Amino acid sequence: MEINKEKLDEIILKYGRDKAHLLAIFQDVQKEYRYLPKEAVRHICMRLGMPQVDGFEVATFYKSFSLKPRGKHTVHVCLGTACHLKGGADVLLSFMRELKVKTGETTADGAFTLESVNCLGACALAPLVRVDEKDFGKTTVAQSRNIIRDFTDHH
Amino acid sequence: MVQLSINGKKVTAEEGEALLKVARREGFVIPTLCYHELLGSSGRCRLCVVEVNDAGKKRVVASCLYPAKENIEVFTDSDEVRLVRRTVLELLLARNPSAELIQHLAKQHGVTEVRYTPDQDKGKCILCNLCVRCCKDIVGVSALGMSGKGPMKKVGPPFDEPSETCIGCGACVVICPTGHIAMEEEKGVRTVWQKKFELAACPKCKRYHLPLFQLEWISKTRNIPVEELMVCEDCR
Ligand code: SF4
Ligand code: SF4
Ligand code: FES
Ligand code: FES
Repeated sequence: MEINKEKLDEIILKYGRDKAHLLAIFQDVQKEYRYLPKEAVRHICMRLGMPQVDGFEVATFYKSFSLKPRGKHTVHVCLGTACHLKGGADVLLSFMRELKVKTGETTADGAFTLESVNCLGACALAPLVRVDEKDFGKTTVAQSRNIIRDFTDHH
Repeated sequence: MVQLSINGKKVTAEEGEALLKVARREGFVIPTLCYHELLGSSGRCRLCVVEVNDAGKKRVVASCLYPAKENIEVFTDSDEVRLVRRTVLELLLARNPSAELIQHLAKQHGVTEVRYTPDQDKGKCILCNLCVRCCKDIVGVSALGMSGKGPMKKVGPPFDEPSETCIGCGACVVICPTGHIAMEEEKGVRTVWQKKFELAACPKCKRYHLPLFQLEWISKTRNIPVEELMVCEDCR
């Protein structure tokens, strides 16, 4: 993976090259690449004067960071208590089938990453699916295909 | 200095000294896994539990961290202690069924059955952190750390790849209490944490001894010519 070191340095400098802002730096970098490229983590650690393994520890501790490339869109299927009771697990299975990936994986074309989450805070709409920032309430297994189609680029 | 008692015996200790240290000095046996003379403890294994009676308030605590205090009564082998210790060992055995030391300790302390489904993916690692701290604080290269969390937490080099900074010294292998870390040597090549090191052959006895990379590192940090270090300890 080719990373743009100037861009990284810009972000690092924006936070005063301060270790205390590692999380914020990672967040900005992840926004840039949609994931945290290993080479970026290495470069950041070098600039902040910290062991690579400490950057690795932080990058793997928080679920919001990913060291693997992420899809253009993220499908979050809720498996919180309410959603689970309303059939969230079946909805998740239907997305796994449609996208041909397991939870946590990204489709071969880089379009979608599938994730399960524990409660998105809209339990009244259970079972809930959130694609990027958009919520789909009371989803059914049959809807997963349509939801995916909504987010697929048509050329 | 403070006065306290251990299993009824009156002893003196420095205020704040870890109970484990005091007890061992006085000849009491307390099993431990994550405590090390040089590195102290980060209280991870909980095998070192003792019971403390502090003015009528009884508690089971980790002796490697609990500070000595005036007048407390310490028990290293009470019913409470034995119960907690057995639970700790049962949990450890469920996590690391293949670790010989844990099998041995479990047997020694009367743990005969494990009521949990044993893990198959943890190897012998109890996440005690000793290797991480050894590599950072004693060796000084910080090649190891923890990654992930919860049941996925594990120890290793950054990105689970051969580390740029690991010098192949093997100190982590020696300090690991359970023998989790593998180090192999074959035909003059040492492998540890997936990184391969060419070993230096002593110019006098021709024996392979330390990784070249380690010698270069020592040479650089201590300002000793590499040629001098190439000679093994026995021939020096
Ligand atoms: S072998 Fe490598 S990881 Fe282990 S203590 Fe030495 S430098 Fe650190
Ligand atoms: S590898 Fe050994 S020393 Fe390192 S954390 Fe695991 S048990 Fe402890
Ligand atoms: S359980 Fe799914 S939104 Fe709360
Ligand atoms: S020796 Fe005290 S917690 Fe491990």
